[in-house]
Amino acid sequence: MAFYRSHVLISVDPECLSRGAHEVLDALNDELIVQGLNDEVQVLETSRIGDPYRLGPDMLVYPENVHYANLSVDDIPYLVEEHFLKGRVVEKFRASEKAIADEELGAPKPKEVRVVLRNCGKIDPHNIEDYIAEDGYQALARVITAMKPEQVIDEVMQSGLRGRGGAGFPAAKKWQLCRQVPDNPKYLTCNADEGDPGAFMNRRVLESDPHSVVEGMIIAAYAIGARMGYIYCRAEYPIAVQNLNIAISQAREFGFLGENIFGSGFSFELEVRMGAGAFVCGEETALIASIEGKRGEPRPRPPFPAVKGVWGKPTNNNNVETYAVVPQIILNGANWYASMGTEKSKGTKTFAIAGDVIHTGLIEVPFGITLREVIFEVGGGIKDGKKFKAIQTGGPMGGCLVEEHLDLPLDYEALTAAGSMMGSGGLIIMDDETCMVDMARFFMEFTQDESCGKCTPCRVGTRRLLEIHEKICAGNGEPGDLELLEDLCSEIMKNSLCGLGQGAPNPVVSMMKHFRAEYEAHIFEKKCPAKVCRALICYEIQPPVCTGCTVCSRNCPVEAISGERRQAHQIDAAKCIRCGICAQVCNFNAISVLS
Amino acid sequence: MEATVTHTDGICDNKRALLDEIITANRERPGALMVVLNETQNKVGYVSEPMQVYIARKMRVPVGAVHGVVTFYSFFTTQPRGKHTMKFCMGTACYVGGVPQLMEKAKQLTGIEMGQTTSDGQLTMELCRCVGACSQAPVVTVDEEVIGRIKPTKFPQLIKKLLEG
Repeated sequence: MAFYRSHVLISVDPECLSRGAHEVLDALNDELIVQGLNDEVQVLETSRIGDPYRLGPDMLVYPENVHYANLSVDDIPYLVEEHFLKGRVVEKFRASEKAIADEELGAPKPKEVRVVLRNCGKIDPHNIEDYIAEDGYQALARVITAMKPEQVIDEVMQSGLRGRGGAGFPAAKKWQLCRQVPDNPKYLTCNADEGDPGAFMNRRVLESDPHSVVEGMIIAAYAIGARMGYIYCRAEYPIAVQNLNIAISQAREFGFLGENIFGSGFSFELEVRMGAGAFVCGEETALIASIEGKRGEPRPRPPFPAVKGVWGKPTNNNNVETYAVVPQIILNGANWYASMGTEKSKGTKTFAIAGDVIHTGLIEVPFGITLREVIFEVGGGIKDGKKFKAIQTGGPMGGCLVEEHLDLPLDYEALTAAGSMMGSGGLIIMDDETCMVDMARFFMEFTQDESCGKCTPCRVGTRRLLEIHEKICAGNGEPGDLELLEDLCSEIMKNSLCGLGQGAPNPVVSMMKHFRAEYEAHIFEKKCPAKVCRALICYEIQPPVCTGCTVCSRNCPVEAISGERRQAHQIDAAKCIRCGICAQVCNFNAISVLS
Repeated sequence: MEATVTHTDGICDNKRALLDEIITANRERPGALMVVLNETQNKVGYVSEPMQVYIARKMRVPVGAVHGVVTFYSFFTTQPRGKHTMKFCMGTACYVGGVPQLMEKAKQLTGIEMGQTTSDGQLTMELCRCVGACSQAPVVTVDEEVIGRIKPTKFPQLIKKLLEG
């Protein structure tokens, strides 16, 4: 592999292309040849770097990590001469805002340990040689040439790796179960149907380091004795699907996939299957049905997929992150991995932080870190100086945790004991302006819509839960509603077929537990303490503060705001639909919300 | 636009050719129906009822099975979409981050509801599930593009641009 002292990543996002990224790319390549630098500077095409609408065409230069934006062909000769020949950063071409990739991931924050995310943003996902240069496929070589399948399972068992999809079942145990089933052929599936709103860890790994997942799957297939694998990726992630397909064909070219891998007699094939926008397909039996080309409806377990999975054959299903970490365990040893984390939850976990914190994005931390550290140290604290109210973990099937839970060590058992769950790793942080009844309603809207309809408790139950929440938010709550909710929740949890129904009431249960007073305020006082529920609030313009700039009346969708320029405006409460746009656009904080 | 011949089954010739191509390329794969439907949705833009019947006959599966799969997954549509499709992300971060307000504004500017297409066929508006760009909330997608951190004051320009061209 040639050695380059500098790498340029140029965005060939469709929007950048329409703004001339190809011309800039050609000009850059030509100019590097003209100035004799083409052996020293490598130019790579990549997906979007910054916001293409404001910054395209743009490029990133490593190792300096400089982001140049709004480039044109005429800028290139000067840029090449200054930056690559003389080594001076050209300030006038630098991007005015941070790169998207940087914002999502960025440099490791304090307390972060990157194992799964180690290559993200550093290597070219379209180039297998980049991955190999970072010790890629070395673990595979070791496994296939020097280890027996049982040894691989033992090694992963010792590492304590647990399934990262949310349930936390020991990965090696699952492999062992599948291996021991006396039926062939065996299949491998990778659950890349990351549907939890607020979770995007898997997307980043699939887009930026697809080979780690491919390598992990080949190792798992060797351990289990599978000949065919499927990566089931959701249709909302087109770039992930594209990069996986490129990675698979490159791995095949290099002999890591296909017949007789490394001359060992072991053969394995891999294929990407796309979902089509059904959340329930993240449930393993539904995922299998979808791979088979059917409606993605779950079925009762047992039999578990390890016994009867894809086409009725033994199937091992793991999450993206579980597979991606396997090569690292093989390379660095089980003890290295087990040295991180808590007694029962070993290693590191990626989390997606979203909501009302200063630094949203992806992090990877060892298990055992506290929620407080995640929110206030890694996440930088709550936005706009507001107060922390709650954190939703485990997605729409999880629960919310409050102030008193902030010092819990983050691991599978502690979260379950606190009434929530680990889930796939989405953390949504809510400030004190969030209405918890409205949040519960939002989650019920989601599960009600995504319920596949196969079993009655989930299909009808989630709809009833949603209706009661809508009623309460609309100011029509009645005494007895809370008891009815409690009853419904417990019935749905006990009687639903799959994890979706069994988990669906979780947000309601935890929000009623921690924020019962807020529910009661909605029902008995017809008030929304957080001032969110539209039926229970009104907007008012404070005349002394209003400057009459007219920005509110111009943005009001229903023309409910009137007033002369430079005079205080008024809101017609009869016309107002309480959308809150006026308060958002007001530059003087002249619009207040009353409950 | 070249002239298209419509057969009695309601599928024009070039769509039929496209369907044949998709089915031939994938029919031997195990679990081919999802692959075929995904390809059809991507290349034709929708999977109408006549197309479902055609796919079922060609693949030798019951029409009910095809219809069942098409209606189960939210990505498959039975009607053509507009020239542009704007999807409003309803993930938690976007919901908290102001997508409901953007939807309100969009409905006012276009005069259509979510799931509908403007009468001139320019724009379809839909809700969608989390697109995984939560750190950029509020997010909408226009065709394949993810547009994040939308300011309410800048949003009308985007809609107007789509309605015009």
